[in-house]
Formats: sequence, structure tokens, C-alpha cells
Amino acid sequence: MNDIKKTLSGWCVAGFAGIYCMMSALPLFASTVLDGQMVFKAGHASLQHWLLPVTPESPDDNQPTAARIALGKQLFFDPRLSGDSNMSCASCHHPSLGWGDALPTGRGAKSEMLARATPTVINTGYNPIQMWDGRKKTLEEQALGPITAKQEMNMDLTVLLDFLKTNTGYQQAFADAYAGQPLTPELVAKAIASYERTVISRNSDFDRWVQGDSKAMNAQQVRGFKLFVDPNKGNCSVCHSAPNFTDNGFHNLGLASFGEENPDLGRYSEKPIRMMKGAFKTPTLREITRTAPYFHDGSAKTLDAVMTHYIVGGVVKTNVSPNLKALTLTAQESADIIAFLQALESPFVEVTLPQLPLH
Amino acid sequence: MKSLKFFTLIVCLSSVSVTTSLCAEVFEVGQKNKAFTQKALVIKVGDTVSFKNEDAFFHNVFSLSDAKLFDLGSYPQGVARDVTFDAPGEVEVECAVHPDMTMTITVQ
Ligand SMILES: [Cu+2]
Repeated sequence: MNDIKKTLSGWCVAGFAGIYCMMSALPLFASTVLDGQMVFKAGHASLQHWLLPVTPESPDDNQPTAARIALGKQLFFDPRLSGDSNMSCASCHHPSLGWGDALPTGRGAKSEMLARATPTVINTGYNPIQMWDGRKKTLEEQALGPITAKQEMNMDLTVLLDFLKTNTGYQQAFADAYAGQPLTPELVAKAIASYERTVISRNSDFDRWVQGDSKAMNAQQVRGFKLFVDPNKGNCSVCHSAPNFTDNGFHNLGLASFGEENPDLGRYSEKPIRMMKGAFKTPTLREITRTAPYFHDGSAKTLDAVMTHYIVGGVVKTNVSPNLKALTLTAQESADIIAFLQALESPFVEVTLPQLPLH
Repeated sequence: MKSLKFFTLIVCLSSVSVTTSLCAEVFEVGQKNKAFTQKALVIKVGDTVSFKNEDAFFHNVFSLSDAKLFDLGSYPQGVARDVTFDAPGEVEVECAVHPDMTMTITVQ
């Protein structure tokens, strides 16, 4: 019963347990200048800044080990980490649903509707800032947020520690993973973060095309990529920049929901700068075909709807990002960009659910 | 770092009652490739820093530091906006759009 296998798609489970991902590590760096000089030929040197490093960097005090990743995986899938013992991290960040929940906005404790869409876990390890409003930097800082939030997993940390400390299986797992360190909430977060950093997508058709496989993307997808980076066409990479298809920045996209009464102010609650009213963090586009619906409010069901939004240049212009402008794209060009986005999907890999210690 | 461009020397006042002359300088700090061209800058009270956007997209330079509170808003490539620092202290300068962009100005 514990070896339930799920066929999961699209990401390379890196690290110790998993699949071997090749390719040398490349530094993450700003790429806009480089984008201007790209040659659109498979494997060309000018494209290499789009490749992700083999593994995300981990903090010095939480270097990944097999034991830490395995423990983190148990915690990630364990519903007993929630107040009602019925929700795990995976309830919303479901591996079968692109490590999201396929809902417009998440559902928390007692199925209460949450304000924002569940972000995917995929490639968050590569990002220096977490959450739609960027209020957490590292995955270690982030992990306890949803566990303790009243509207989400609604777990009391004292109760959580009590549970883990009286469970011999977990005691052993913590001793194996973090020998000599007292079991604290921070340690729980560290283990979960270690696991999350193995949820990686960097083996897509696009990646293989960048690495030199000219057959990995078809002609339409190459055209789509060209349009994607062209500031006078798709203008997408101005924010969805290399290599993780995000600038880790904040933009108001002019979504209809910002025109409603008392709109979600997003980043403004963290940085009270006018431009940040209604601005949210740029999400990665890797595995985008598996993470619908789109936008922080889940208001776009399809990639077509997303393209329509950007072609118009946003509907509520009150505080819209100046980086956003109405696009002159033909229907064919819009379809080309969507075809390119489909090339950001990686092949299926199997994820095995962990055995959870009952006592 | 050593290539601090202080391109203009606008004002240079000497005063008989003050032993040193008061020289207000203008420093230029660019925003290029999603980074500030300088990570740290030491200036004097009364000096001005001109923040120039050298990227093909918008930045939004601001500071919430006690020593100097300002929000330059967002502006495109080629445009510069100036801030004069009128009190001593450490000023943490950030870009609202790109949180990775930070620098420190020490006003003496
Ligand atoms: Cu910026």
C-alpha cells in the first residue's frame, strides 16, 4: 500500500533519489542584453543562458542529503501536518496537477476559498524570492507559512512538534537527516525545502533544442520563441526572462480583478511603493501547460485567454506595468507563441509516494 | 567600483566662516542588466545622485530608509532622475520591480 506509484509528468526529480539530469551548471544572470544578440539555431552559443543549473543552490546550513530529501518528502505528503490531519502540502501542490491544484484560487481548511492561485512548486528552488507578493525569500522561510496559516493547513506548531517528537519513525528520520540538531519548526521547514528543491523542470523540448537537438522543437515553435523574445512582438521575455522564465520581479498586469472594490494589492503590502499596487511576482513558464488556470487570480483558463489579455495590453489600466503594452500579433503569431510554450514541458517521470511512519 | 563617474561639479561654495569648502557633487548610478552599476557609494550631505535607466525596460528606484525617503516612479531607457541627499546616514536603495536590485548609499 505504500508503494503507490503515480505517473507524473514533466520534471526531473534531481538529487539523490531520482533521475539523473545532465548538463553543466550555468549561473543565473540577467539576460535581456543577451536576448538581443540571440541566433535562433539549435545549440547556438548565444542561447545557452536559457539553461538552468543542474540543481538549485541550497543555503549553507541546509545542504541537501538523501536523508533530508527523503524526510522532506514524507513531511510534504503527510496530512497530519494540518490542524484537521486531512491536508498535506501536496493537497494544494499536487504533483499530478503540475504541483498545483488546477483551481482558479486555492481551497484551504474546511475548503475555504483562498484569495490567490496556488503557485506551482516546480523550479521554485531556483527563485530568490517566494510567494505571489514576495514576502518570503527562501523555501525554508516559506514552508511553515501555509502549515500555520489559519485559512490554510491551520496547524499549531506546538501540536506539530508534539506529533513529530512522539512518532518514532519521524524521530529516527530527523536523527538521520539532522543529527544532533533539536527538532524545531525550522528543522521541519528545512527538510521540506530540501525536498522542494528536487522538483525541477529543465529537460524540456526547448532545453534540448538549446543544447543542440534541432529536432526537439519544430519550425513553428522556433518562430514562437523568436516572437517570445522580440520586444516589438510578444515582448514576453521582458519579464519571463532566462533561464527560469521569470525576472523574479513584480508587475501589475491590468487584470479585471484589480478594478473590483478593495482589490488585492499584492506586492504593495510588502513594499508600499505606488507602482506595486496590484503587482504580483512573475511566475515561471516552465511546465505552463500543466499549471492552468493562469494569473494570480486564476482568471485565465487557457493560454489562448492569456495571449488575448496581453494582446489587448490589460483591461484595467489604473496602475498597469509600463512594461506591458498592447501587442501587434497576428492570430498565427499568437498560435506560434503558444506552440513554443508547449515546448517548455518536460517528459514524464514517476514519483513514488513515501511511506509515512504511523507511530 | 573605482569608475565612479561624478560627471559634474555643480556647486562649489566657499565660505569664510567655514574652514572647508562646501562642494556639492553629482554622482551617476545606472540601472543596467537588472542591477545597479554600483553596489555601494559614499557621498556627502548635499550631494546628488542621478539614477539613469540603461535597460530597455522599466525600473522603479526608491528608498524607504530613514535617512532619505524617495520613490522615483518608473521611467524608460535613457531617462535619469535625481535625488539630493540632505541628511547623513545609510540609505538602502532598491528597485520596486526587481527586488534583487539593491545598493547602499552612505551619506556623510
Ligand atoms: Cu529594476
